Amino acid sequence: MKLLQCPVNGIRPLSEFSYGGEFRTMPDPDSCTDQQWAAYVHYRSGAPGYKKEWWYHMPSGTWFIAERNTITDKVSRTYLLPKMEVAV
Amino acid sequence: MPLRLLKYAISREHPAPRFFRDCVEPKKTYDVVIIGGGGHGLAAAYYLAKDYGITNVAVLEKGYIGGGNTGRNTTIIRSNYLTPEGVKFYDASVKIYEGLSEELDLNLFYSNRGHFTLAHTESAMRTMRWRAEVNKHVGVESYVVGPDEISKACPQLDISCSGQAPIIGALYHAPGSVARHDGVAWGYARGADQFGVEIFQNTEVTRIDVKGGKVCGVQTNNGYISTNKVLSAVAGFTPRITQMVDLQTPIVIHPLQACVTEPMKPWLDTILVSGSLHVYVSQSSRGELVMGSSLDPYEMHSTRSSLDFVEGLTSHITDMFPFLSNVKVVRQWAGMADLTPDFAPIMGKTPIEGFYLDAGWGTWGFKATPISGKTMAETIARDMAPDLIKSFRLSRFEDYELTGEKGAASVGH
Repeated sequence: MKLLQCPVNGIRPLSEFSYGGEFRTMPDPDSCTDQQWAAYVHYRSGAPGYKKEWWYHMPSGTWFIAERNTITDKVSRTYLLPKMEVAV
Repeated sequence: MPLRLLKYAISREHPAPRFFRDCVEPKKTYDVVIIGGGGHGLAAAYYLAKDYGITNVAVLEKGYIGGGNTGRNTTIIRSNYLTPEGVKFYDASVKIYEGLSEELDLNLFYSNRGHFTLAHTESAMRTMRWRAEVNKHVGVESYVVGPDEISKACPQLDISCSGQAPIIGALYHAPGSVARHDGVAWGYARGADQFGVEIFQNTEVTRIDVKGGKVCGVQTNNGYISTNKVLSAVAGFTPRITQMVDLQTPIVIHPLQACVTEPMKPWLDTILVSGSLHVYVSQSSRGELVMGSSLDPYEMHSTRSSLDFVEGLTSHITDMFPFLSNVKVVRQWAGMADLTPDFAPIMGKTPIEGFYLDAGWGTWGFKATPISGKTMAETIARDMAPDLIKSFRLSRFEDYELTGEKGAASVGH
């Protein structure tokens, strides 16, 4: 059984978590071009490596960030995102 | 029966046949370089040579032929998709498959089984009706059947699914088939080799040179090759290749797992898929049940398999066939599926001149092997994608013209 560290609830089985995709910054819809917006909507950085990702602890409703190597599946750290950044 | 087999039987000598020459060192230059020696890349090489007389072609494979997703899928061939463009495309593939053993002179164990997509809910039935109508419209034999007809075709199936999720109907697809997947790669490799195409195994591309928006060569661990045309047909490795040429795509990689049971006497002659139970199953010509499930839930560039997968899959398969609880799983594996947001491939030209993409094959690549080879060969030879694959172009994402194929994924991904 794989385990993941929830920043609020500690180490929990992976089955309690849901994957939310890579952490990405939204371009300003008012000032970006249509092409930039389409790229934001559809394109992803699919290449392997260390990635900053959204994860969700389902029983407690906690969204948090995990830094994970997508080749080895090793998570180097997990943390809650400060509120300021969420407002992006 | 392929004639070669007959000749072999009556011959006095039986030398081990080689499928293709053992090419060691690539030449300095080729007309076309194909990255990826799986079914798709080899088929493209074969049709480039056969249909267009382009034989100065190198196929570069970093591992061994057919060792990637070509040899890791569950070998199902079908065309019961949801969108007209999807149905037409996969139907063209099924038609080539039907005559492929003859054409390649190699027994691919192509076996027409009939394919049931089981529905356990009214909403699933609605999708089945939709798919049946689109299929019929395009001329593909698919229709909705009730539980009685499913029971007749597969008496071993517990229609009530142990009371958990009773089956209320299915989409029946007559052309549904299975074939020997690695044989497809070997057949195309031999065919291409006979036309003069050179196949290099253990040859990994480490860099692709682009000058002034045009491809001019590839660096490999086996020397430098100049070329103006490069086809990337590398499935789960696509993002690593597109990164080399700074091309953005929507592709993300998720592992897809499968397993087989110990061999049994033949008892299952149809292919069964259940979206609600996340299972697809058929019996191979060796007697093993070949079973697959949905994708692993998060991005990973690895082919490790997991116990979670076997636990989940076997719990569902025993809902369908309770007597399988005594049968052992003998082997499991994973492949890296290159997924697109609309569950359709990405094929054709790219903004980089001479760089062609055959990617985004997610969980639907094997069945498309012949037609993708044929259409990519045409795209490369004419520098123009044929109508059949125009809706699969990379630029569809920037144009917001996605294909909407998700409803036809064999299990609820």
